[in-house]
Amino acid sequence: MNIGNDILTALPEIFLACSAIALLMLGVFRGEGSSRLIMTLSVTALIVTLGLLLMGPTRNTSAFNDLFANDGFGDFMKMLVLIGAALTMVMAQRYIEREQMARFELPVLLLFSTVGMLMMISANDLIALYMGVELQSLALYVVAAIRRDTLRSSEAGLKYFVLGSLSSGMLLYGLSMIYGFTGTTNFTTLAEIFANGGEVSLGLTVGLVFLSAGLAFKISAVPFHMWTPDVYEGAPTAITAFFAVAPKIAGLALFVRVLMGPFGELVDQWQQIIVFIAVASMLVGALAAIAQNNIKRLMAYSSIGNMGYALVGLAAGTQEGIRAVGVYMAIYLFMNVGTFAVILCMRVNDRMVERIDDLKGLSRTNPLIALALAIFMFSMAGIPPLAGFFGKLYVFLAAVESGLYILAVIGVLTSVISAFYYLRIIKVMYFDEPSEAFDQPIGREMAVVLTATSVIVLLFFIMPSPILESASAAAEAFFPAGP
Amino acid sequence: MDVAIVFLPLIGAILAGFLGRSLGDRGAQLVTCIPMVVAALLSIVVFFDVALGGNAYTTELFTWIDSGAFELSWALRVDTLTAIMFCVVTVVSSVVHIYSVGYMSDDKSIPRFMAYLSLFSFFMLMLVSADNFVQMFFGWEGVGVASYLLIGFWYEKPSANAAAIKAFLVNRVGDVGFALGIAGAFLLFGAVQFDAVFPQVEDMAETTISIFGMEANALTAICLLLFVGAMGKSAQLGLHTWLPDAMEGPTPVSALIHAATMVTAGVFMLCRLSPMFEYAPIALDVVAYVGGATALFAATVGLTQTDIKRVIAYSTCSQLGYMFFAIGVSAYSAAMFHLMTHAFFKALLFLGAGSVIHAMHHEQDMRKMGGLYKKIPVTYTLMWIGTLALVGFGIPGVTGFAGFYSKDIVIEAAYAAQSSAGGFAFVMGVVAAFLTSVYSFRLLFLTFHGETRADHHTFEHAHESPRVMVWPLYVLAAGAVLAGAVFYGPFVGDGREAFWGDSLLVLGSIIEDAHHVPFWVKASPMIMTLLGLWLAWYMYIRRPELPGEFARQAEPFYRFSLNKWYFDELYDAVFVRPAFWLARGLWKGGDGAVIDGLGPDGLTAVTQSLSRRVSRLQSGYLYHYAFAMLIGVVLLISWYIFMALR
Amino acid sequence: MVVQALAFYLFAAVVVASAMMVIAARNPVHSVLFLILAFFNSAGLFVLMGAEFLAMILVVVYVGAVAVLFLFVVMMLDVDVTQIKHGFLQYLPVGVLIGLILLIELAMVAGAWVAVPEAQSVAQIPFSPGGDVTNTQALGAVLYDRYVYLFQAAGLILLVAMIGAIVLTLRTREGVRKQSISDQISRRTEDSVEVKDVPSGGGV
Repeated sequence: MNIGNDILTALPEIFLACSAIALLMLGVFRGEGSSRLIMTLSVTALIVTLGLLLMGPTRNTSAFNDLFANDGFGDFMKMLVLIGAALTMVMAQRYIEREQMARFELPVLLLFSTVGMLMMISANDLIALYMGVELQSLALYVVAAIRRDTLRSSEAGLKYFVLGSLSSGMLLYGLSMIYGFTGTTNFTTLAEIFANGGEVSLGLTVGLVFLSAGLAFKISAVPFHMWTPDVYEGAPTAITAFFAVAPKIAGLALFVRVLMGPFGELVDQWQQIIVFIAVASMLVGALAAIAQNNIKRLMAYSSIGNMGYALVGLAAGTQEGIRAVGVYMAIYLFMNVGTFAVILCMRVNDRMVERIDDLKGLSRTNPLIALALAIFMFSMAGIPPLAGFFGKLYVFLAAVESGLYILAVIGVLTSVISAFYYLRIIKVMYFDEPSEAFDQPIGREMAVVLTATSVIVLLFFIMPSPILESASAAAEAFFPAGP
Repeated sequence: MDVAIVFLPLIGAILAGFLGRSLGDRGAQLVTCIPMVVAALLSIVVFFDVALGGNAYTTELFTWIDSGAFELSWALRVDTLTAIMFCVVTVVSSVVHIYSVGYMSDDKSIPRFMAYLSLFSFFMLMLVSADNFVQMFFGWEGVGVASYLLIGFWYEKPSANAAAIKAFLVNRVGDVGFALGIAGAFLLFGAVQFDAVFPQVEDMAETTISIFGMEANALTAICLLLFVGAMGKSAQLGLHTWLPDAMEGPTPVSALIHAATMVTAGVFMLCRLSPMFEYAPIALDVVAYVGGATALFAATVGLTQTDIKRVIAYSTCSQLGYMFFAIGVSAYSAAMFHLMTHAFFKALLFLGAGSVIHAMHHEQDMRKMGGLYKKIPVTYTLMWIGTLALVGFGIPGVTGFAGFYSKDIVIEAAYAAQSSAGGFAFVMGVVAAFLTSVYSFRLLFLTFHGETRADHHTFEHAHESPRVMVWPLYVLAAGAVLAGAVFYGPFVGDGREAFWGDSLLVLGSIIEDAHHVPFWVKASPMIMTLLGLWLAWYMYIRRPELPGEFARQAEPFYRFSLNKWYFDELYDAVFVRPAFWLARGLWKGGDGAVIDGLGPDGLTAVTQSLSRRVSRLQSGYLYHYAFAMLIGVVLLISWYIFMALR
Repeated sequence: MVVQALAFYLFAAVVVASAMMVIAARNPVHSVLFLILAFFNSAGLFVLMGAEFLAMILVVVYVGAVAVLFLFVVMMLDVDVTQIKHGFLQYLPVGVLIGLILLIELAMVAGAWVAVPEAQSVAQIPFSPGGDVTNTQALGAVLYDRYVYLFQAAGLILLVAMIGAIVLTLRTREGVRKQSISDQISRRTEDSVEVKDVPSGGGV
C-alpha cells in the first residue's frame, strides 16, 4: 500500500479535515471573539479544497484499499457541494452575528459536515458510506440545535437527531443485510458479482429497501421526509440554508453512487423503490406546500418536491438520467442559494420575519430583491427559459426515454401544481399592498450572491454548455464503455 | 469590432434601463447615444473593410445549444450584406437617438425610451449578423418585442396599447410562418447554419414532401413559409395592417423601426437566403406578385390619408413592395440598394414630419396645417429633399436623388425579367411611381403651402425645432441626396461582382439585363413622377377645391381608398369577430362551465383539500414521524415480497 | 464441544431475553441493568469465538464506563415513566400490526438466506497476518493498515460528537463561586495578609 498515493488521491478531503481541526484549535485558543475570523478562514478552506479538487490527480483512481473512489461523477458532485457550502456560509456570517449566535464552533462543525459529504460522495464501500453519512449528519444535528436557548431550535435539533438515528439504524440494517447476502462490503466487488450474473436473493432486495430508506431520509424524500419542515422552520435560517443545499446534493450523489455503482446491474430491482419515492415526494412536495404560510416551511416542501424530480432522473437509470440528475442538482444549488439569500434579507425592524405575507408589495419597497426572488420562483416553477425549466426538462426527457411515461406525466402534473405556490409568492410581492419595508442595506456579500445566482438562473439558457458538459462527464463515470 | 458593434447598444440599453433612475435623463441619453455613435463609426470601418475590401468573416462567440445532432453557436457572420445593414442600422439609429434627445425632451420617462431604442438596435444588429436561422429568429423576435414596447410607449393612451397589441399579433402570424420555415429547413437540410444549408440547396431543389396528401416541392414550401415571415415583418399586402397603426408610437420610433430598419428585416432575410430562393422559382414569383400588389395598394391608400405620419407609413409599405418585387425577379442587389437609400430618405421624411408635429404641438392632421414654410424653413427644405428622393427625382442618364437610382434599377430589373411576374411588377411599379409622386407632393403642399388651416394660436407658435433635432436631419439629407449616386457603382453598377462577393447568389444575369432595357423603360418612372407632380400641384395649389369635388364625384373609390381597401374591416369580420365569438363561447361554455367546473375549480378544490390533509400529517409528534418512516419501509418490503411470491 | 455449545446457547438466550427486558421493563433503572446484563453475555459470546480482546473491551468500556454512566444519568433524571407511556396504548394496535408484518417478512427473508457463492472467494480477509499473533496485534494490524481510512473517519465522528456535546451543554454561569486552583497556589502572603501592630488595649 502506497500511503503517499492514497493521500494524494484524497487530498481535498484530508486538507479540509485538517483545516477544520486547525480552525477548531485556533478558535479554542482565541476564544469566543474569533467567530468572524474562523468563518472567513473556513470559507477560504472550502475554496482551497475546491481548487485542490479541480487540480486533483487523474480520474478513476481509488485509495485506501478501495474504500475511497475518485471519479468524474464524484468530482462534479463535490464541486457542487463545496460551492453550496461556501456560498451558504458566506451568507450566514452576517445573520449569525446579528442573532447573537456567533460561535466559532459553528463554522467548524459545518466544515466537518462538508468533509462527511465529500466522504459520502467518494465512498466505495458500505462502511465508508456509513462513516460519511454519520459524520455529515452528526455535525448537522448539532448545528440545528445550536441556538440551544430557544425552544424551536433545540426542538428541531432533537427531532432531527432522533429521526436521524432511526434512519441510521435502517441504513445499517440494510447494509448488514447486503453484507450478509453477498459476503462483501466493497462496491467494486459487489459490482463484479452482479455483473457476473450473481443471484439476486430476496434478502438483498430487502437490504436495498432499507438502504434506500436510510438514504432517502438524508435527502428528505417522502415518506422519510417528516423531519424536514419542522427542522427547516426551527433551525436558524442561515443553518436552514445550509441544510437545503449541500447535504441534499451529497445525499443524492450518494444515492446515485450506490445504486448506479455496485447495484448498477440491478436496475430492475431498485427502480420501483425510486419510482415510488419520487412520485410520493413530488406529490407531497407539491400539495403540502400550498397550505404553508411560513416561507421556510414552504422551502422545505419545495426541496422535498425538488428531490422527487431529481430522483426521476435516477429512476431512469440511464446515462441521460444521471446527467439530468447532475444538471438538476447544479441548477437546484443556485436557485436555492439565491432564494435563501432573499429569505435571509427578510428583516423588519431588526427582527427576522419569515411569513409569506411579509413579502407583500416587495416589488415597490425593494424592487431588486423582488426581481431576484421572482426569477428564482419562476425558475422553480419551471417557466422557460429560466434554468429550472431545463432541469426539469432533462429529467423528464430521461424518464420518457427509458419508458417511464407515467412517472414523467406525474412529474409534469405536480410541477403544474407546485407552480401555484411559487407564483403566489410573486403575486404577493407584485400585486399586494406593501407592508413594512425590509431593513437596508442587505450587505455586500448578499448582494453579490443574489446577483450571481439570479444571473446564472436567468441566463443559463444562453450558455448552458459548462454545466451540461460537466454533468455529461460526470454521468460517464458509471458507463465506462461510453455511448 | 463586429462584437463591439452588436453589443455596444446592448450595454447602453442595460445601463439606461436598469440604472436609468440613478443616471438621470441626461445620463441615460449619454450612455445610449455614445455607444450608438461609436457603433456607427465602427460600422463604417467594417463597411470599408468587409464590403469594399472583400474580407467577409464569421466570429464565433460561444456554443449555444449542443444537444445530440443539433449543434448551434452564437456567431456573427459579417459579409457585405451584413456590413450594409450594420451601416444602415447604426447610422439611422444614431441619428434617431440624437434626434430623440430633442423630440422627447419633455417626456417623463426618457431613460426607458432610450433603453428601448438601444435594445431595439441590439436585436436588429443581432438579426442582421446572424449566421444561423435560430439566431436570426432570436433577433427577429427581439425586434418584435422592442417594437411592441416602443409602439406602446405611451401606454396611457388606449390607442397606443391597441396598436402595440395589433402589431404584435399580426407579426405573430408571420412568425409562425418563419418558425415553420426554420423547422422545415432543419428537417430538410439537417442543419440551421447558413454555411451548412446553402451548399445543399442545389441537391435538394427537387425533393418533394407530401402535405395533406399533396406532393409539393419541399424547397418551395419552405421558401414560401419563410416569405410569410418576411411579409409579417415587412408589412406586405395581407399582413400590412399593423404598420399604419404603429404610428401611435413616438415619431423617432416610426423613423427608426417602422421605416428604416425593422420593416426591412424581411427584405434582408430574403436577400440573405438568396441561395435558397434562387432554386425555388415559384416562391420567387409569389414574392414578385405580392410585392407588386403591395406597392400599388399602399400607394392608392396613401392618396387619401390625412394623418401626416400615416401617409408616410403607407409610402413605406409601398416602397417595401418595390424591394420585394425586385427580389422576386432575383434583383437582390437592387432590393438592397433601394433598402439603403430608402432608409435614408424615409427616416428623413419621418423625422421631418416629427419636426413638423413638434412645431405644431403634436398636431398630426394635415388638414389643420398649411402655409408652414414661412415658419419652419429648415424643416421645409429638408422635407423637400426627402420627397424628391422618395419620388426618385432625377434626370435619366445624368444624375438625381438617391431614390432615383434605386427605384429606377428596381423597375428596370422588373422589366428585364421578361416573365409574367416581372411584367406585372413592372406595370405596378410604374403606376405606383405615379401615385407616389401624387401623395408625396400632396403631403408637401398640404403641409407647407397654401393658406394655413391651423388655428391661430398654434400657427403663431409654430417654431423651428431645436438644433439637436435638426442636425441629425442634415446627416440623413446628405444620405438622401448622395447615397444613390455614390453607391450606384458598387451596388448595381460595374463594381457589383467584387462588392457583393459570396453574400448573394443570383443564377441569371438580371442586373446586367436591367442595364440594357429600352430608353422608354428607363424614362417612364421619371415621366410618371413629373405627371404626379403636376397633378398634385393642380389639385392642391391651383384648384384646392378640386379634391373635395373629386371625392364627391367618385365617392366609392374615395371611400375605398380612405378606408384602406377595408382590410381592417375585413379582418375584423373574418378573423377577429369569429375568434372573439368562439373564444367567448369557449370561455363561458367550455371554460367556465366545463373546464372550470371539473378542471381548475374542481381540481383546486381537490388539491386544496389534499393539501390540508397532507399538512395535517405533519403533526409535530416524533412518533408520528417515525411511524411514517416505518410504514414506508414496510410498504416497500411488502411490495417486493408480494412481487417475489407472485 | 458440548460444553461450548451449551455455553453458546446460554449466553445467546440471556442476551435476547435481557434485550427484550431493556425495552419492556417499567423502571428505567431496571432497563439499564438489563442492558448491562446483555453486554456481559455478549462478552461471553466473544470469548467463545476466541476474541478475548473484544470481550474485555466490551466489559471495560461498555459495562464499566458507558452503562454505569447511563445508570447515573437515569437515576438523576428521575424520568416519569407514566408520562412516557402516555399514548402508548392508543398506538399499540397499529404498532403491533406493523411490527408483525415486518417480522414475518424478515423471517421469510432469513429463511431464504444464501450467500452469493462468488463472494466467498473475494470476501476472505486474512484476519491474522500469519504466525502466532495475539488478538490485539491482529486487530491493530487490520485497523491501522487496511482500514486506516475508516479509523480516521471514526475519529472525526467522535471529535464532532465531542464538540457537539460541549457546544450544546457547556455554559458559563454568572455568579457561581468556583475553586480556582491556580489562583490559590499563586497567592502569596503579602497579597492576603496584612500585619498590623496593634497597641494593646487600643483596638484596630
